[in-house]
Amino acid sequence: MEPFKKVKSIITPLDQVNVDTDQIVPKQFLKLVHKSGFGKFLFYNWRYDENEKIKPDFVLNDSKYNNSKILVTGDNFGCGSSREHAIWALLDYGFSVIIAPSFADIFFSNCFKNGFLPISLDQKIVEKLQQEVDIIEVDLETQIIKTSSEEISFKIDPYKKKILLEGLDDIAQTLQFENKISEFERKSKVPSVL
Amino acid sequence: MGKTLFEKIWESHIVVEKQNGPSLIYIDRHLVHEVTSPQAFDGLRMNKRKVRRPDLTIATMDHNVPTNDRSLPILDQTSAVQIQTLEKNCKDFGIKLFDINSPNQGIVHVIGPQLGITLPGTTIVCGDSHTSTHGAFGALALGIGTSEVEHVLTSQTLWLEKPKSFEIKVEGKRKNPHAVTAKDIVLSIIKNIGTGGGTGTVIEYRGQGITDLSMEQRMTICNMSVEAGSRAGLIEPDEKAFDYLRGRQYTPKNYESLVDNWKEHLKTDSDAKFEKQFTLNISDIAPQVSWGTNPGMTCDVTESIPSPDEFSKGDPNQKKSAEKALEYMDLEPGTPITDIKIDRVFIGSCTNARLEDLIEASKVIKKQKISTNVKAMVVPGSQMVKKEAEELGLDKIFINANFEWREAGCSMCLGMNPDILSPGERCASTSNRNFEGRQGTGGRTHLVSPVMAAAAAIKGHFVDVRELDLS
Repeated sequence: MEPFKKVKSIITPLDQVNVDTDQIVPKQFLKLVHKSGFGKFLFYNWRYDENEKIKPDFVLNDSKYNNSKILVTGDNFGCGSSREHAIWALLDYGFSVIIAPSFADIFFSNCFKNGFLPISLDQKIVEKLQQEVDIIEVDLETQIIKTSSEEISFKIDPYKKKILLEGLDDIAQTLQFENKISEFERKSKVPSVL
Repeated sequence: MGKTLFEKIWESHIVVEKQNGPSLIYIDRHLVHEVTSPQAFDGLRMNKRKVRRPDLTIATMDHNVPTNDRSLPILDQTSAVQIQTLEKNCKDFGIKLFDINSPNQGIVHVIGPQLGITLPGTTIVCGDSHTSTHGAFGALALGIGTSEVEHVLTSQTLWLEKPKSFEIKVEGKRKNPHAVTAKDIVLSIIKNIGTGGGTGTVIEYRGQGITDLSMEQRMTICNMSVEAGSRAGLIEPDEKAFDYLRGRQYTPKNYESLVDNWKEHLKTDSDAKFEKQFTLNISDIAPQVSWGTNPGMTCDVTESIPSPDEFSKGDPNQKKSAEKALEYMDLEPGTPITDIKIDRVFIGSCTNARLEDLIEASKVIKKQKISTNVKAMVVPGSQMVKKEAEELGLDKIFINANFEWREAGCSMCLGMNPDILSPGERCASTSNRNFEGRQGTGGRTHLVSPVMAAAAAIKGHFVDVRELDLS
């Protein structure tokens, strides 16, 4: 995984609550067996109509957001299905930070496995950020978001921060505890399936 | 202070505990399916890693398998590739697979308990959010993403933040338990606490309203915990749970001594404290019908579609989301639920496609035919459910009523196979999610119980099943 670097970009406002993973990547695109190339399916049914024509009203179809790396959205983002394809699509499309008042649990933990930073902030601050038209800076190291007018600090679990900043392989970390896992298995009374 | 059942399972599975941050938790059972696993196996190959415990891992194919004639080839090439990929991965890594032709094939959350693989007090994971279903047996069962699938395959563990404990007490006795079902109880809960009401928690369902339920009904409740945002939902296991698992194909040989141990330990202590609580009295609840695009947008069958103002109770974001939902669903506020006409009926999914669901639905149908304006299908949750239902002659009841009787799979719950709604079609569905496009792009889903779905199929619109004779 690539180490997470400072992000400078304009924000894309997606002013909706309860955005579910079926909207982020519709199910017809879950049949692929690789992780790459999901960006073109991001919010597919909101970006395109039934004839696959672009819906001009949808925010991602506004060219001024083409190079945005920061999505700012509503409460309970990523609810529903556990599909990690949702993160692969957001990343492949070009986003690397997502800011919302809250995230669904599985989506939230999926983010950190892919070098993607979810930041949860107070509802009022998120609403204000959605109005921001200038470039903002997200610095994970200092846990500060700089806008044209203010600095906003955010919280993150120290272990998750380390994983992102150093681009650590989660599994390699875990395998350092091989002794502990083996010891647990020796004591465990849970029978095998087969 | 005493401990909750969840805390006891959690503590007995800690491999590594840190002062602050996540704990490394041991996983007793890993269920694998074709959609969320290919990239995980790729990761293993890339890093030259093995599956640590193939003996604790089982796989089946459910999400995109066709539900028509199994002797025909799979026409959708991308689905076929995904299915072949699972076959190859299971072969290469030594994992037991119930493939498309196996009598044990079915929706992973239906076959786990049916095969005796799901056990009380265990930790169970699967790359699917509805893994919460297994909590009905007093297991801590979590849905995970593909990276975590890879992590569990390699290490049989997961790093997890300890969720908060959430007690949902279900009190009272239903007057008509054939008409007001477990689905109506769980939809009522979600309607009350909201789709984010359980975020960051593990729910423990308690009270007479829960202990009265059969195991299959309890699975319906736990299944939809994730629709309230919870990571998992569980129920203290009792004799009903132990009986359900006894004598199944993969029930452990030392089962009775396990049961003795579970009886002693798998309990929430009387002085345990939950971090969050909610109580629902079910004495007077009505059958539920969802009207919007998330499971919290639900009302009684006797009610009318609410206006966005009524629904949102002053929250501008909820109001906006209700307006969008009504537009997508093509519904007007004030329309009685029973005036809503439907085009399709789907009885299936990990929520409501077990034998009892099919028996109850068949009682509504009796010798009637479905409305001529409706297309309806039954997709049993597993090939075992299908066989048992056929032994009871349920297939004939459904087929005579003009339902299609299919092979097992997830089918139209998420429409990854050819079973999908056409744009604009309205469906009474026993599944778990009414998200935009979930059952097919432009399709409109109303979540209901199996008996409500069957009644709607007959009448061509929603009806209050309490008014029907269900003897």
